[in-house]
Amino acid sequence: MTARSLESGAPATERAATPSLWSRIWHNDAPGYLFLLPWLIGFLGLTIGPMLTSLYLSFTDFDLLTSPDWVGTDNYMRMFTNDPKFWASMRVTMFFVVFSVPLKLAFALAVAMLLNRGIRGLPMYRALFYLPSLLGASVAIAILWRQIFAGDGLVNKFLAMFDIIGPSWISNPKTSLWTLIILSIWQFGSPMIIFLAGLRQIPTDMYEAASLDGASKWRQFVKITLPLLTPVVFFNAIIQTIEAFKSFTPAFIISGGTGNPINSTLFYTLYLYQEAFGFFRMGYASALAWVLLALVGLFTAFSFLTSKYWVHYDE
Amino acid sequence: MSDVPAKLTVVTGADAPGRKRLTSVLIHVALLSASVLMLYPLLWLLAASFRPENEIFTSASIIPSAWSLDAYVRGWNGLRTSFGTFYINSFIISGLSVAGNVLACSMAAFAFARLDFKFKNFWFAMMLMTLMLPYQVTLIPQYVLFRQLGWVNTFLPLVVPKFLAADGFFIFLMVQFFRGLPKELDEAARMDGCSPWRIYWKIILPLSMPVLATAAIFTFIWTWDDFFGPLIYLSEMKSYTVMLGLRTFTDSTGESDYGGLFAMSVLSLVPIFLFFLFFQRLLIEGIATTGMKR
Repeated sequence: MTARSLESGAPATERAATPSLWSRIWHNDAPGYLFLLPWLIGFLGLTIGPMLTSLYLSFTDFDLLTSPDWVGTDNYMRMFTNDPKFWASMRVTMFFVVFSVPLKLAFALAVAMLLNRGIRGLPMYRALFYLPSLLGASVAIAILWRQIFAGDGLVNKFLAMFDIIGPSWISNPKTSLWTLIILSIWQFGSPMIIFLAGLRQIPTDMYEAASLDGASKWRQFVKITLPLLTPVVFFNAIIQTIEAFKSFTPAFIISGGTGNPINSTLFYTLYLYQEAFGFFRMGYASALAWVLLALVGLFTAFSFLTSKYWVHYDE
Repeated sequence: MSDVPAKLTVVTGADAPGRKRLTSVLIHVALLSASVLMLYPLLWLLAASFRPENEIFTSASIIPSAWSLDAYVRGWNGLRTSFGTFYINSFIISGLSVAGNVLACSMAAFAFARLDFKFKNFWFAMMLMTLMLPYQVTLIPQYVLFRQLGWVNTFLPLVVPKFLAADGFFIFLMVQFFRGLPKELDEAARMDGCSPWRIYWKIILPLSMPVLATAAIFTFIWTWDDFFGPLIYLSEMKSYTVMLGLRTFTDSTGESDYGGLFAMSVLSLVPIFLFFLFFQRLLIEGIATTGMKR
């Protein structure tokens, strides 16, 4: 039976009439798995396998050359109780996430609202505002940023026109992280495009009805725009927060790989890189990676759990 | 209190055309100044790369007093290996990544969107999970694996994962698109005895050029920009990418030759800028429909 249906290529009707297990698998499931094969190999070999390995490594001492030594929870204990650099990098990353994401989204929404008023030249403005998003992750832009906020950089030249002598924003630990936050806000273009697409979905007759009832623009924004846009806000917030946690290149280039001055730009990812590829403490770096995963996971779970209280989905 | 809004409506109603024009002018002024402010650093970088060296740090303007290509010549050969080699390396890596991503991701997306198989929903959920996964979690074991395979200092660790559809974002993008194509196409083809492979290759892919192009362009740009991967896997200068070359420039000669550094920075952005110039509609639509991160 099996052989026959394989040979004849079994038209659908016949197959349904005589469903032997093997022919069903071959005809129904095999094509799907064959197309999925490259991804499956990657998923098992480059994602799940390495994830489990790195979980194991996080409980070991491992220098890449000799085999890993089991040390139990030592890495995690040291991290939380005896590693000021870990806490410094945690503070820097949290500060970056907490300030860059909301500011970036606020900018993106404000500009999207301006662009959504049916103004002329929308495609041009949209493209101009999007350009920094596209270029911003590049090493070249980080190099440019280092110059702009240097002691003799572009910002201070503008300030000099008003007789203000600006500091070197990059080498002052009080301001260095802000230069990176500004770089992140500068790239508000892609969430802006997503907001614009969301704003287009809001039916205009809702606003017409509201203004006939005498609702002010601000009330329309708070009562119509914002609630209907919450799914988009939610989506943008999650994507941008995860991106902010993973950010690496700008801090690396601007601080020359050190995270200085005084660890003020020591992003968590940068610290992890130093531990792994500077000192070859692969076990400790794996533990750092799992703490990062736990953080991102907690944040995402928290967002999804609270979303039912503030995100409005259409029924 | 309640009659105030009504009064306001009457007043605005009377001058509506004039007020509307004023608001519109104000919005354009705001948007234009915001654009200039945002693009100023980029224009300044472009200008600085054409300036004579002694003028770079004295001028905040975006029009050089004299134009010179010296910085480009100096920068191109500023390191032991010329930027020409870095460009070739970057183009090879990005080109192979595009081929791998488009092929492997479209295959996976075809399976998810158009075929039925056991545990499909489970695998799809797993794929969505990988979108949220910080790459640091798989970084070290992957490095150990590629090192044991003898792939360090080759392009393989940067390219092979693309042939295994490692970037779920593109699978997601393509699944969305494939689902929108009419189901009758597959059914008719199947009646005619078409194999799934032929349906994928002859029907679905040709109809999906916009989404394939979007994925190709984003893959190119992200791979071109990638700094972390090359930083870890490429340690010999002759295999450096443009981004690694730039970073080395900042470490060694960068302190003395800003002109050369800026010139090479500008050149490194040119391929991305060209994609922006010619395909911005595709890029913007790709972001609007799937919520791409950049």
